[in-house]
Amino acid sequence: MSSELKIVNGRVYDPANNIDGKIQDIFIRDGKIVDSVSSSATKIDAHGMVVMPGAVDIHCHIAGAKVNLARKLQPEDHRLDVHPKTAHTRSGTGGVVPSTFATGYRYATMGYTTAMEAAVPPITARHTLEELDDTPVIDKGFYVLLGNNAFLLKLLKEGRKKEFKEAIAWWIDSVHAYTLKLVNVGADELWKGRKNANITNVNDNIDHYNITPTHVIESFIEAAHELGLPHPPHVHCNNLGHSGNISTTLDTMKAAQGRRVHMAHIQFHSFGGEVNKDAVSGVRSIIDYVNENENITTDVGQVMFGKATAMTADAPLAWMLRNVKMNKWINADTECESGCGIIPFTYQDHIYTHALQWAMGLELFLHSKDPWRVLLSTDHPNGGSFMSYPTLIKLLMDSAYRKEALSYVNQKAIDQTSLRELDREYTLSEIAIITRAGPARALGLKNKGHLGVGADADITIYTEEDDKEAMFNAPRYVIKDGVTVIKNHEFATDHKGKLLHTKPGYNADISQEIEPFFEDYYSVKFNNYAISEDYLHDHEVIPTHPKA
Amino acid sequence: MTKEATQTDAQVKNKKPVSKKVDPYEGKNIKIVKDATCTFCGCVCDDMELTVDVDEHRILKAKKACVLGRAWFYEHKVDTRPGVLIDGKEATFQEGVEAAAQILIDAKFPTTYGMSDSTCESQRVTVEIMDTINGNIDTTTSVCHGPSGMAFQGVGESTATLGEVKNRADLVIYWGGNPAESHPRHFTRYAVTPKGMYIPNGKKDRTVVLVDVRRTPSTPVADIFMQVKPGKDFEVLWALRALVKGKKIANDIEKQTGVSREVLDDLVDRMKNCQFGVLFFGMGLTMTRGRHFNSGALLSLAADLNEFTHFVAKPVRGHGNVTGADNVVSWQTGYPFGVNFNRGYPRFNPGEFTTTDVLSRGEADAAMIIASDPASNFPKAAIEHMKKIPIISLDTKDTVTSSIAKVRFAVSTYGINTGGTVYRMDDVPITLRPAFESTYPGDQEVLEAIRDRVKKLLSGKKARVAA
Repeated sequence: MSSELKIVNGRVYDPANNIDGKIQDIFIRDGKIVDSVSSSATKIDAHGMVVMPGAVDIHCHIAGAKVNLARKLQPEDHRLDVHPKTAHTRSGTGGVVPSTFATGYRYATMGYTTAMEAAVPPITARHTLEELDDTPVIDKGFYVLLGNNAFLLKLLKEGRKKEFKEAIAWWIDSVHAYTLKLVNVGADELWKGRKNANITNVNDNIDHYNITPTHVIESFIEAAHELGLPHPPHVHCNNLGHSGNISTTLDTMKAAQGRRVHMAHIQFHSFGGEVNKDAVSGVRSIIDYVNENENITTDVGQVMFGKATAMTADAPLAWMLRNVKMNKWINADTECESGCGIIPFTYQDHIYTHALQWAMGLELFLHSKDPWRVLLSTDHPNGGSFMSYPTLIKLLMDSAYRKEALSYVNQKAIDQTSLRELDREYTLSEIAIITRAGPARALGLKNKGHLGVGADADITIYTEEDDKEAMFNAPRYVIKDGVTVIKNHEFATDHKGKLLHTKPGYNADISQEIEPFFEDYYSVKFNNYAISEDYLHDHEVIPTHPKA
Repeated sequence: MTKEATQTDAQVKNKKPVSKKVDPYEGKNIKIVKDATCTFCGCVCDDMELTVDVDEHRILKAKKACVLGRAWFYEHKVDTRPGVLIDGKEATFQEGVEAAAQILIDAKFPTTYGMSDSTCESQRVTVEIMDTINGNIDTTTSVCHGPSGMAFQGVGESTATLGEVKNRADLVIYWGGNPAESHPRHFTRYAVTPKGMYIPNGKKDRTVVLVDVRRTPSTPVADIFMQVKPGKDFEVLWALRALVKGKKIANDIEKQTGVSREVLDDLVDRMKNCQFGVLFFGMGLTMTRGRHFNSGALLSLAADLNEFTHFVAKPVRGHGNVTGADNVVSWQTGYPFGVNFNRGYPRFNPGEFTTTDVLSRGEADAAMIIASDPASNFPKAAIEHMKKIPIISLDTKDTVTSSIAKVRFAVSTYGINTGGTVYRMDDVPITLRPAFESTYPGDQEVLEAIRDRVKKLLSGKKARVAA
């Protein structure tokens, strides 16, 4: 029996199909958007409401080993923000790192139907998959951390590019990742091996490997291009949060040599000024480069005032933050693969650097010439919780509100930016691009982020309001795979989303190269490392398009 | 090469040569399971080679297993006791599930305990049941490294996976534990003898320090043994923190703690100047005077040392999947153990919602005990209360707890009969490769049946939502 649904009289924003606020009906059958349904279809009257595709978070940290450490670390955060169960949904706890169930439900109540966990060491991927399976409603995938992988660096040192590409594909396939992630390339070796040092110049050689981070990044981008991954390497540049890091960020973008690359949370990489001195905004040189180079997509990584949690594979960065307040701190080294640092953090509007970062994020949005490539994120929970997206949307859509907001924060910081002169207001269509159509396109998710025939029936319906924060805070309906999960602001049913992953092809011989390395340097057996497909629950393979 | 392997080789050499090779397994239906995982302790070694007699349902040989692992693998055979007992009388699976579900939904304060010898898949179902019935959930963590969990919440932790220790650690300190007897392969597979990427000569490249209140079979492994007066761990750790930071300590430190200033200075020097240091700690620290203060002092010491070098710490966890239990309960509720759903959402309070407390105070009016035996080792008041309330027990063997249970399920053994996922003590998830089938269901199957029945029974009633 097929289930049919139609949404009538709504004002539809579907930028991928050039629909900008047109009153139009949407038809759904069996979880997909179709061109018509029978007269017996269930009807939602969306008169006075805004209909958009379900939102897609291209970069967040929601599941896996480091997230769970951050969760365990902060009981004080959970007890102030409980998440009671309902007749349909599981209970949990919130705060800036919510429990898995609360994460899924709360994403849904923000109108999000897809989210991508951005950093998973392959050896703990099983953990991420288990947590994602316990993260309801949304579809999800994850990016596997390969940028400090000891075996891959060894292949590059030996100049074996072909095997390097094969091994990347093996790793993505073995853990069922979506794409690969590079974080502070080259730093792990110095952090673990040279008494907590960091690599500060992307053109310096990495200890023991005699290759530079720039060469490593370039090689990964090239390999991903040849493998035809739907989303290019997701790059967290070196020198995150350091004054004057724009030169590193520009060098990294140039290393792509015109190939596709995604620059993660670019706000954190847009500092001007000199090393070890007060930071200033370096946004213009970064956003100008992004605007001019269509091979680059980026998410902003907006900072929002209030509680956050720094949670990163960039261990030296967390150590730097730890030494600011000497607060509780987690470091977690993963053998041969990654580092990790976690630190609870609060962004405060009266502090110069915090206000500067907040303003820099807004500058990036407001100077962006292509909303398809400059996407909304807070690098949840690093810049702030995903729960603050509605406030961020209001800051972008309402210049009077923004100007008032910037009058309350550290004025020295605002003086360093162009924010006072910017009157731009995002339109609803542009919001639909930076939260839906853009991320879906950047991810290569052809069935997401739009409402055309054949798309997944992931739909959000908002009551149209002048106060955009209130509007985006509480969708009236959220439809996932054609199922009305939220109805009149309340959960009408539970729903399980699926895992999105890729399966790049590779020559099976590569595993014979990798196995001896495992036996020598890993603490688990090679045979127990790759995750079998029956371990996955509902999942969908997104095709790759390898270059011949 | 591992210690066990060396011994095996030696034994082989000592054997007199036999003229004809005899196949000890001739006529048997033998299956070899390679890279199987031992779930006996928190080391979760995944390099076992099991020789299984398929017809007789038992493991004949467990290559690479330590003495504990061998016992674990050899002693799990198929037994003939009834699968389900209700009030000591044999019953069907359905009757058992029905009785268990009724106990759980009739209770006002149902609690569950154990879970650390159970797969993550089962643990997830257990939390779901307690969420559904607004129950109380706690794991064996509350009586082992619970204080470390609390210290972790207070100060964080600098830590590493065991492979990183193998590859890099040149200073290995064990505090308040006896791995030679509790985790025999911790030394040989992960932390003392193995050769790693930057430790090419294994033990020769490492300094091993053991800190304990008495000499144990682990002591001979150590290059330095530091004996602390019982109950004085905190004082020694705090003095070390002070010395690391260049601060003064009391002149009578030796009188107080049994450790001389010279020994402390030497250790501080080694800790600050090593390349990659690690502090492993056991229940000698967490379950003696000071508890979470002890763990907190040790974790803080490891964190402080990062101002000078790279330093990590890790609790040496006991049960095969106690780390999984911490992880599952944390991701589903936000808290690692001692969690209560009475209000329709999770609350955490060790001392209030931990099992010894809810039992000793006589609060719980039903209990589901999974893969553990509190009736044999809990405080007297808790055991007395257990005898008064209906107990549901799921275990692979008969225990004191199962003997007082109203509903007793015999279940198969994880890692031997059933697959799934477990977490090693360093949070690395590892898959299981079962050796042979059991006549009993796995605890996951039992728990899922109970969950489904509980949901069915509750669907007729008003759903238990937030009060």
